[in-house]
Amino acid sequence: MQEEMRIVLRNCGKIDPLRIEDYINAGGYKALEKAHRMDQKDLIDEVRRSGLRGRGGAGFNCGMKWNFSLTAVSNQKYVVCNADEGEPGTYKDRIIMENDPQSLLEGMAICAYAIGAKQGYIYCRGEYPYVVEILNKAISQAEEKGLLGDFSVEVRMGAGAYVCGEETALIESIEGNRGEPRFKPPFPPVEGLWGKPTIVNNVETFANIPMIVEKGSEWYKSIGASNYPGTKVFTLTGDVVNRTYFEVPTDTTIRQVIYGFGGGLPEGKAFKAVQIGGTSGGFIPDELLDTPIDFDSMAAIGATLGSGAVFVMDETRDIVDIVERITKFFEHESCGKCSPCREGTKRMHEMLQQINHGQGCAEDLALMERLGSVMSKICLCGLGQAAPAPVLTTLKHFRGEYTAKLN
Amino acid sequence: MEDYNAIINAYKDVPGGLIEAYHALQRSFNYIPEDSIDKAAEVFNLSKARAYGVASFYSYFNIGKKGKYIVRICESAPCHIAGANKVVEALEKELGIKMGETTNDGKFTLEFTECVGQCQATPVITINSKPYIDVSAEKIPAILKELA
Repeated sequence: MQEEMRIVLRNCGKIDPLRIEDYINAGGYKALEKAHRMDQKDLIDEVRRSGLRGRGGAGFNCGMKWNFSLTAVSNQKYVVCNADEGEPGTYKDRIIMENDPQSLLEGMAICAYAIGAKQGYIYCRGEYPYVVEILNKAISQAEEKGLLGDFSVEVRMGAGAYVCGEETALIESIEGNRGEPRFKPPFPPVEGLWGKPTIVNNVETFANIPMIVEKGSEWYKSIGASNYPGTKVFTLTGDVVNRTYFEVPTDTTIRQVIYGFGGGLPEGKAFKAVQIGGTSGGFIPDELLDTPIDFDSMAAIGATLGSGAVFVMDETRDIVDIVERITKFFEHESCGKCSPCREGTKRMHEMLQQINHGQGCAEDLALMERLGSVMSKICLCGLGQAAPAPVLTTLKHFRGEYTAKLN
Repeated sequence: MEDYNAIINAYKDVPGGLIEAYHALQRSFNYIPEDSIDKAAEVFNLSKARAYGVASFYSYFNIGKKGKYIVRICESAPCHIAGANKVVEALEKELGIKMGETTNDGKFTLEFTECVGQCQATPVITINSKPYIDVSAEKIPAILKELA
C-alpha cells in the first residue's frame, strides 16, 4: 500500500495560512533566497531536470516552458498563476491556497526571477471570493516583509467561465476581454499577456517549486513515476467512503486511490466506473484500475490525469444519464468561437438527451463516435478537444448501457 | 440614472480594468445595472457592443436586477448523482418560483451553476457565493428561513 506523501500540502494544517511568520518558521522563502544566488539558466535547468510537468492537465515540462520565456527578448515579462480550477469534482487548488498561500507566492517569485519578470497575476475563479481574500492578505504580508523584492503580484477574479482555465482564454480575461482562446502559435511563453512573454502555470505546479529548489532535482525526480515524477493531489467525489483530498506519489494506481485512500465504495456496493481528471476525463472500467495514475500511463488507456478529480460511480448509477449531464455542461461552457465546438457540443447534448429518453437509434451511436472523433481533432482549444472524451470512453467501455436505452 | 462614474473610473487606468469594474459594480449593487454598461463603454473607450459582450460572456455577471440573495444550485456530475434535482424541487417549492426566476419581493433569485469546488460534501448550493455543503431537500426550509 502506498503512503500519502505531502510536498505541495507539506504545511497544510500545520501552519496558520494567514501568518507569514508561520510559513517562514517552517522554512519558507529559503528556496527563493537560494534561487536568487543561482544563475537564471542554472535555476531553470534545475527545474527542468526535476522532471516536473504542469499539474494543470497538459503535462508540459515546467523548466522547458520557463526556458522559452527566458530566451524571449522583451522589456516586460509576466508570471501568471492559473487558479481558475473549474473541472467539476476538483478543489485541490482551493485546498492549497486556503492552507498555504505563501508557498504559491514563493513558487511564482522563483519563476519571476528565473525568466526576468517583475509583474505577476493570480487568476482565481469567481466562485472563490473567500480565497481571493486569503491571497490578498498573503500578498500584502509578503510585500511588507520585502520578501518578493521588485516582483509584484495582483489577484484577478474570474466570473464563472470554465473556458478561462485554458491559458490563452485566461490571458484574454486578464486583459479585460471575453475569455475566448487564441489561435496558437504563438504560445504564451513567447507572446502572452499584452503580447509579452508569459508563463502560465497551475497553482499545484507553483507550489511544487520551492521544494524542488530547496531539495534539488535529483530528490524530486526519484519520487513517483520516472516520466511524471513527484506527487499529485487528488480530490475524491461520488460513491466513495472517504470523500476527501490527499497527495500521493505518481506511481500509485487508480485502484489504490479508490480502495486504499478512498476506503472503497459505501454500503458494500460494487464498482461500476470512475472518471478521472474532471468532467472532461475518460470513464474507466474495473479492468483498467491497476493503471498507475501518472500522465503517460493514463493517456495510454485513453484516459487523463487532468486535474486529479476522481469521480467514483457504483453499480446503481446510470452512465447514460450522467453523460447526458456532462454534455449539457460542455454545451453551456463552450465559448462559441470555433464552430466544431459550438455546434458539436450542442449536437452531442441533443443526441444524449434523445438516447437517455428512449428516443435514440443505433445510428446515433455511430454518429456520436464520428462527431466525437472530429471534435477531438479539430476544435480550437482543449475544451472542445476533450469534451467528447466522456462520450467516447463510455461508448467503448459501457456500450451496453446505451443500447439498452435505444428505441 | 444613478451615477456609476466613481465606481467605473476607479479602474480606468488599470490594465484590463473593465472586468474589475464589473466586479466592483456587482459588489455595490449585487448585479450590473444595464445602463452602467453604456457608461463603462464610454470610460474604457469601447463600443457598447464590446462592453456588453464582455459582461454577458461571464455567467457570474448578472446583467439587470436580481434578487437580494442569489441562490445557485450546482448541477455538475458529482452534485447531480448526489440528488441535486431534489434540492432544486425543494427550492422551487419553498420559494414558489422556477429556476431562473426572482421572487416578487425581490429577495431570492434561483439559478443553476456548474461546479463551485466544494465537492467533498455534495450536493452544494451557494447563496451570494457562500457555499452550503451537504444540503438536502429537508435542509432547504431552514437555510432559507435564516435569510428571511
